[in-house]
Parts: sequence; C-alpha cells; structure tokens
Amino acid sequence: MRLTLKIWRQANATADGSLKTYELDGVSEDMSFLEMLDVLNEKLNTEGEDPVAFDHDCREGICGMCSLMINGEAHGPEVTTTCQLHMRSFNDGDTITIEPWRAGAFPIVKDLIVDRSAFDRIIASGGFISANTGSAPEANSVPAPRDKAMRAFNVATCIGCGACVAACPNGSASLFLGAKITHLGELPQGQPERWDRVVSMVGQHDAEGFGGCTNIGECAGACPKEIPLDVISQLNKDLRTALKHGH
Amino acid sequence: MASTGLVFIAFVLLHMYGNLHAFAGEENFNEYAEHLRTIGEPMVPYGGVLWIIRIVLIVSLVAHVWSASQLWRRSNEARRTRYAVKKNVHSSLSSRTMRWGGVTILLFLIWHLLEFTIGKVNVAGGATNNPYELLVDSFQVWWLTIIYLVAMVALGLHLHHGTWSAMQTLGFTGSPMARRRAKIAGWVVAVVIAGGFSLVPLFTLFGVITY
Repeated sequence: MRLTLKIWRQANATADGSLKTYELDGVSEDMSFLEMLDVLNEKLNTEGEDPVAFDHDCREGICGMCSLMINGEAHGPEVTTTCQLHMRSFNDGDTITIEPWRAGAFPIVKDLIVDRSAFDRIIASGGFISANTGSAPEANSVPAPRDKAMRAFNVATCIGCGACVAACPNGSASLFLGAKITHLGELPQGQPERWDRVVSMVGQHDAEGFGGCTNIGECAGACPKEIPLDVISQLNKDLRTALKHGH
Repeated sequence: MASTGLVFIAFVLLHMYGNLHAFAGEENFNEYAEHLRTIGEPMVPYGGVLWIIRIVLIVSLVAHVWSASQLWRRSNEARRTRYAVKKNVHSSLSSRTMRWGGVTILLFLIWHLLEFTIGKVNVAGGATNNPYELLVDSFQVWWLTIIYLVAMVALGLHLHHGTWSAMQTLGFTGSPMARRRAKIAGWVVAVVIAGGFSLVPLFTLFGVITY
C-alpha cells in the first residue's frame, strides 16, 4: 500500500504546530497502525529527520496508552484502540490525517503525545476505595448481586485512554467519569465513599478544564471498550443524590 | 438546563393544544383566549393565572439561557485548537444544532411576542383586539407562515435532542432500555409539538381556516 500521511508536528508544548505531509510506500495491510508509524519513523531516521513522537505501550489494546485522532475519528475507523487497528482498514492511495487528542486539559507534549495526567488527578480525587493492607481478603466474602457485578465489570474495562474527551464536541470527560463512578458505585466495596466520591471527582473534572456534557453521544461511539452512555446518567443520578444529602 | 427545559416542554404542549382551537372557529378560539385570562376568578384577579405562568416562564428562560451560555463557554475553553479533520458519526444532527437552534428559537420568540403579544401587529391592517382575526390575517401572508415553519423546524430539532438529554441529565436513563425509551420520547415530543404547531399556519395559508 502507498499512503499519504498528514501528521501533526509540534516540537514541544509551547511551539506552534502544523500538519506535515509524508509519502509512505510499501505498507502491508497486516501491519498495525503503530507499526506503520514505526516504518515511517525508520525512514525519517535514515533521512535525518526527527521521528514522529507518539504514545504506545502494551500494543495489546489493554493499557490505554495509545491515542491518535485518525481521519477525524478517535482511534480510527474501527471500534478498538489504535494499536489494534490494522492497515487493512485503509485502502491503497488513501490520505490519512493524524492529529493528537485536542483538549485544553490534555496539553500537547510533542507531536502526537498529550499529557493525560488530568485523568490521574481525577482518579486521585476519589476514584478508589479504602481497604486494609495485608493479605488479600477472600474474594467471595462480600456478596455482590450478579447484575450489578456484571455492570461494574463491563464499565471497569475503561482504560482511561481519553478517546471520549477527544471525540466529544464539548471536550467533556463525562464518559470516563461515569465509567469510574458506575464501576465503584455498583459494588459493595464502593459504598462507604460513594457520595463524597462523585462530588469530588466531578469537582476535579471541572477544575481540570474539561467541558460540560450535553449528551451528544460521540464519546460512546469512539470508546474502544464500548462503555455505554447510561454511565453518564448514573453519574448524574449519583451527583443529584449526593448533593441532596448535603455531600 | 434539563429542569427548565421540561417546563418549556409542558408549556409548548399546552400552547400547541390551545392553538388547535382555531380549527373549531372564531368563537371557540376567542373564548379559549379569554378563558386564559379569567381562569381562577374570582379567587385570583383577571389575568392572574396567566401572569403566574408568565413569571415561571421568564424565570425558566433566564435560567435556561444562562446555563446554555455557561456550557457554551466551557466547551469553547475546553478545546481552543480545532481538529483539521473531525467526523461526527455517532451523534444526531439535532444534538449538534442545540446551540444555534436555541439562538434561532430565542430570536423567533422575541419576534413572536412582538407580533402577537406586546406589539399586536396585523400586517393586513385588520383588527388586533380579535385574536382569531389577527391569527388568520397573519398566516394568510406567505412569508409570515414561512418564518413560523422555519421556527418549528428549529423547535422540533431542539425538542428531539432536548427531551432525551433532559432525561439523561436528570439521571433517569440508567439502562439501555430506559435510554431507548427516552430517545423515542424525544421523537414523539418533537413530532407532536412541531407538527401540531405547524397545522394552524398551514391550514390558514391554504384557506381551510378563514375569517
């Protein structure tokens, strides 16, 4: 395959960036999207140009490190992470525009790499449960209803990649927030801190500069883990309940 | 946003129902208009209930517009650099036109109040103290009918997303089934209200409702 790539190049956080065009030949359709970028970087290295910086880690679709806005879609045209996207999803001769996640709360570090530590600060503000240290407790000692456990497991698949923010026309992280609130709020272990958690996590979300949710739904469509929109309803319900009880 | 939106849904539903009295003729329509003012008498003064409704609506409007402006501002601040390429493949047209659609409805509202409530302008030069005559004279003018139909398209789109969005914001859509129901409710509310409102201008323009 022969591709025309338009890639966002930005030297550092404060520099001005722009889209730069590269031609890449000999791309196999069996390559993953990141392997295609590896090939491009090898070529740039031999030509003496600075390689394109992009985030990646496990390349198995489970760590949440890869990102990339590919032709206007977070993680590209398939429902998966960029590392699990393959070049067979594209055609010979295609022009592919690759941009970083764009959100004020995700400042660009270099090229396609953004700083997503705003998510870490949201988690630190309440996305945890308090448990005694020591030996792990017996897993079945706290019974959880099956439907609630399944819902918690389903939304716990959120890997915090930030695709929801990238896809949202409002730049809101409500799907991420809703996934964490639902995950912990459905389980017995999450109950003691449930109401304080939602208030402080929403407060941190807003303080980070993410936008407000208007229920457009682009987030759920972009999510590689298919987190459904009803977690945002759960988030709103928990917040309403918490505020009513003075949390 | 959501709670004041629900106030408006209730209001436009009643307003639409009231307008349909035009199909029952001049006497019925004018009687309904007058009844809006005499309702609750003598416990409340003439026009009392109408003013209570107006005050609720004005307060709701201020809160609704203020909330919208806050969301709009936050949205702009959350993404200062736009994407060179951005696809919106998982969202409805109505969800992406809430802001400019809302502005359109607000401008229409000002026009509508100037025309029929505050100013009472009869473009045909007829009576303005006869609600039915004012209505018929107005909608026999094609460009006035067009303005109203455009406004109803904007209102229909706004209600289509707004109804489901309000349910979601209030936390009533915590399951896929509830979400589907809220989206269907959005369609029903949009079609019934925008469609119901459009009937009177259309039937007047085509000469079914006459003076």
